[in-house]
Amino acid sequence: MTQRYVGQAMKRKEDPRLVSGTSSYVDDISLPGMLHMAVTRSIHAHARMRRVDISKAQKLPGVHAVITGEEVAASCGPVPSAGEIPNMKRPQRYLLAVGKVRFVGEPIAAVVATDKYIARDAADLIEVEYEPLPAVVNPEKAIQPGSPRLYDEFSDNIAYNFGFETANTEEAFSRADVVVKERFINQRLAPVAMETRGAVATLQMPDNELVVWSSTQIPHLLRTQLALMVRVPENRTRVIAPEVGGGFGSKLNVYAEEGLVAYLAKKTGHPVKWIESRRENIAATIHGRDQIDDVELAVKKDGTILGMRVKAIADLGAYFQLLTPIIPTLTGLLSPGAYKVPALKFDLVGVLTNKMATDAYRGAGRPEATYLIERIMDVAAQKLKMDPAEFRRRNFPQPKEFPYKTSGGVVYDSADYEKALDRALELADYKGLRQKQAQLWKQGKYMGIGLSSYVEICAMGPSTAMAAGGWESGTVRIEPTGKVTVLTGASPHGQGQETSFAQIAADELGITPDDVVVIHGDTGRVPYGIGTFGSRATAVGGTAMFFALQDLKEKMRKIAAHLLKTTPDKIEFSPGKLVAKGDSGRSIGYSEVVSAAYMARNLPPGVEPGLDATRFFEPSNFTFPFGTHVCVVELDSETGEPKITKYVAVDDCGNVINPLLAEGQVHGGIVQGVAQALHEEVVYDENGQLLTGSLMDYALPRAHDFPEFELDRTVTPSPVNPLGVKGVGEAGTIGSTPAVVNAVVDALAPFGVTHIDMPLRSEKIWKILKGRKAS
Amino acid sequence: MIAHNFEYTAAASLSEAVNLLQKHGGRAKILAGGHSLIPMMKLRLAAPEFLIDIGKIPELSYLKEEAAKIRIGALTTHYMIETSGAVARGCRALADAAALIGDVQVRNKGTIGGSLAHADPAADYPASILALDATIIALGPKGERPIPASKFFVDMLTTALQPNEIVREIQIPVRSGRNGSAYLKMAQKASGFAICGAAAIVELDGSGALSNVGIGITGVGNHAFRATETEKALNGQKPTPVLLKKACENAANGVVALEDIHASADYRLDLARIFARRALEAAIERAG
Repeated sequence: MTQRYVGQAMKRKEDPRLVSGTSSYVDDISLPGMLHMAVTRSIHAHARMRRVDISKAQKLPGVHAVITGEEVAASCGPVPSAGEIPNMKRPQRYLLAVGKVRFVGEPIAAVVATDKYIARDAADLIEVEYEPLPAVVNPEKAIQPGSPRLYDEFSDNIAYNFGFETANTEEAFSRADVVVKERFINQRLAPVAMETRGAVATLQMPDNELVVWSSTQIPHLLRTQLALMVRVPENRTRVIAPEVGGGFGSKLNVYAEEGLVAYLAKKTGHPVKWIESRRENIAATIHGRDQIDDVELAVKKDGTILGMRVKAIADLGAYFQLLTPIIPTLTGLLSPGAYKVPALKFDLVGVLTNKMATDAYRGAGRPEATYLIERIMDVAAQKLKMDPAEFRRRNFPQPKEFPYKTSGGVVYDSADYEKALDRALELADYKGLRQKQAQLWKQGKYMGIGLSSYVEICAMGPSTAMAAGGWESGTVRIEPTGKVTVLTGASPHGQGQETSFAQIAADELGITPDDVVVIHGDTGRVPYGIGTFGSRATAVGGTAMFFALQDLKEKMRKIAAHLLKTTPDKIEFSPGKLVAKGDSGRSIGYSEVVSAAYMARNLPPGVEPGLDATRFFEPSNFTFPFGTHVCVVELDSETGEPKITKYVAVDDCGNVINPLLAEGQVHGGIVQGVAQALHEEVVYDENGQLLTGSLMDYALPRAHDFPEFELDRTVTPSPVNPLGVKGVGEAGTIGSTPAVVNAVVDALAPFGVTHIDMPLRSEKIWKILKGRKAS
Repeated sequence: MIAHNFEYTAAASLSEAVNLLQKHGGRAKILAGGHSLIPMMKLRLAAPEFLIDIGKIPELSYLKEEAAKIRIGALTTHYMIETSGAVARGCRALADAAALIGDVQVRNKGTIGGSLAHADPAADYPASILALDATIIALGPKGERPIPASKFFVDMLTTALQPNEIVREIQIPVRSGRNGSAYLKMAQKASGFAICGAAAIVELDGSGALSNVGIGITGVGNHAFRATETEKALNGQKPTPVLLKKACENAANGVVALEDIHASADYRLDLARIFARRALEAAIERAG
């Protein structure tokens, strides 16, 4: 294979239709006779519902149906949740609340009407008589004996305990010269995809196939679950993810509203549309993070890490969405980070509270791990009076030690951590920055430098480690004209695989990316697949396609060899033709071979007509991208406001198919990770009321918050897949958050500050500066 | 995010708008650029039965430079104010405020009259309007009524306008001689509104002493206010770093500061001191 396209920063094939506004999102779908759904939601965090009166809503002209919890509990299955943890309490939840509500925004009733305005008015006419109950908001209080309980059927609010110990941590800590201890809190975040959720459902003639368009990352899994939820045969159910305006994990899920539109389409015989409002999006789409980690690190004077203990509390919210209980367990697997931590004890308690469920949000369990290890590394370096870069370097496993089995229980595939660290320090001029920092300090100006040498878990993943299968499907179909159709079970929603997969296919077949069309997101066209999340689409889905390409190439070699009267092992693909190796360059055109496969008049014995192959790739391991980020902040000495003045990221995601896409992922990831460090926070008050219910109070990052990023890469191919790729969808988010916090703490370290909780609002820094006593 | 039902009328003239307002009273709202009212209606925090759209009345959008004042029509957009040469010359603090409102889309649609009538306690304009001693011309059934800025902002989302009055024009006196003005703010990270914004105008006499100092502060209290103690301490004095700092210690005296998830009252009060001083420094620098 000659690489003509792989590795090139090609512009996305997707972009013209997106920037010209000609593409179709769920809300662009309009069907004859379509009704609109609106949802009545709980205004209380925790209450018994004495009565739900729908009579006024039913009487409003234009209203076709009003449904409540009792009806859907009798006619539909529960909202699905996957993942098993021993002795776990799994709350059962229906599409609408029955008897009790357990978070602000919980669906109570649904209305369908001829337009969305009537539907909204009708939803507001539904009268719910509540008996408010004490809200359980703080997870630490929730696990205390005597706390009010969310579920009468459970003895307490503890959903599960999970933990492991690798080697004897007590013994490791007894040998330590220094033990540092700190509490790190990952605040609750809202994913806030630019396109909110939404779905349209219809029963399509002639055979009543249920067709659902949904803004989802997992069309096939949604199809299976919808079939179970609304009791329609799966082979009469089709899910289409049209253009999806971002997900960040929030659409790696199956939601009550998707079941409701399908049920209501069945019930009314009309197509039904629901488009989530931004307020609903913040209240009732999954949240991310919300974890408290008490961390202890045992080190020797020379900077060698001996062991670590982590006690984690994960706030799961009121119910389980698809992967709610599983996400925090990933924190344990990754908690040693990029370091040799010989002894590790990780204890996690998953807690039920009166809030929206947490689940996968860009990084999903790994940002929490990276944050706790990268922060405790700095706390320890500070205590040891050792440069944080040097302390990190001393504890990296060396390249020859890979594959490296960690105390977190996973096997890192390949890495050279020091190389990425060195490159980042060089790009940032780390020595120069430290000198500048000392000078500024003398002038009463506070500048900080933060490092984060992260590693993360990507390419999810081996099915044994996944809640619902970790493989992916790929179909390659060479059409009679030679044009190529790729069908992938991955479901890109902004990642750009229509371009990068076309680059791979073009190089393999000796054609151009313009000859390739990549189809995804439609269960009626694409063989069963898993979807796009966990930085998996290229590493797992791309590999499935790659194997399908190999199958077709093998077949084409046989046909070409037959026609050229040579043997298949002599045939090579080159642009536009298949060449007989070492045979004075005899060749046959690509299109001639394709044509021969379809005309089928002269095929070699045992070769079937056609050029269509489907493969399912089951990965043997995750992949583990890594890198080092360097963040420089300057603090306003009066207001405390932190300003990022420099940001360097050196990432290693293995081989890169399209550097433009990889850079875009890193940019977006850094922005989201920095936003967690500085701005974002979902806040519930002590009664469980949501105080950040709109974008007037929930702070998203803006372009002017950032300097230009300085990016570079090291390339350590992954041995886990033949493409050598690792994944880059979440790296920026995972790597950046601790770099920013480390920088701000570094700026304040001369005042004896060892930690500040996120988000690093100016006021928190102002308080420290007000009370400062420089050491 | 869908508003309650309402009736909509596009007024063809100001008198028609005033008549409609007179007719519907408290059940009606004036719609100008729609950047405060429409979001509140979509959140169902406001539910007027009648919307009187004045956005199509041509004679309300203007910037006129006269001998000693600038007259700004109520429908003038933030973008027009941000980019006006007359405003840049005569009352720079107002251009600063306009440039810091929202984003480009908001500045292209939002209007100064709408913003002032809405009286969000964290809006940007009020600080400059107060510091610059502007006059708001209200129009009601009995004709025009001038309201000095110092009397205009009454409480949170409450102004001195009567229910049947519309903001018609904003008049800003233009100082002669050596003077300068500026507006600076710390933005709330989500909304972009001011956690604290401060505007200052100064005149400098031949000896370099300050006179006619005006300081307005927004975002800190229930409504924007003048830092009168600070102004008094500065008039007649030559500005020194020590004097400015000391005088600004009293910038928010007597003010009950707002407190929310974005900033405590103590922080807002300290920001008032810090930003008052920074606005003064910028104004003095511009005075040359």
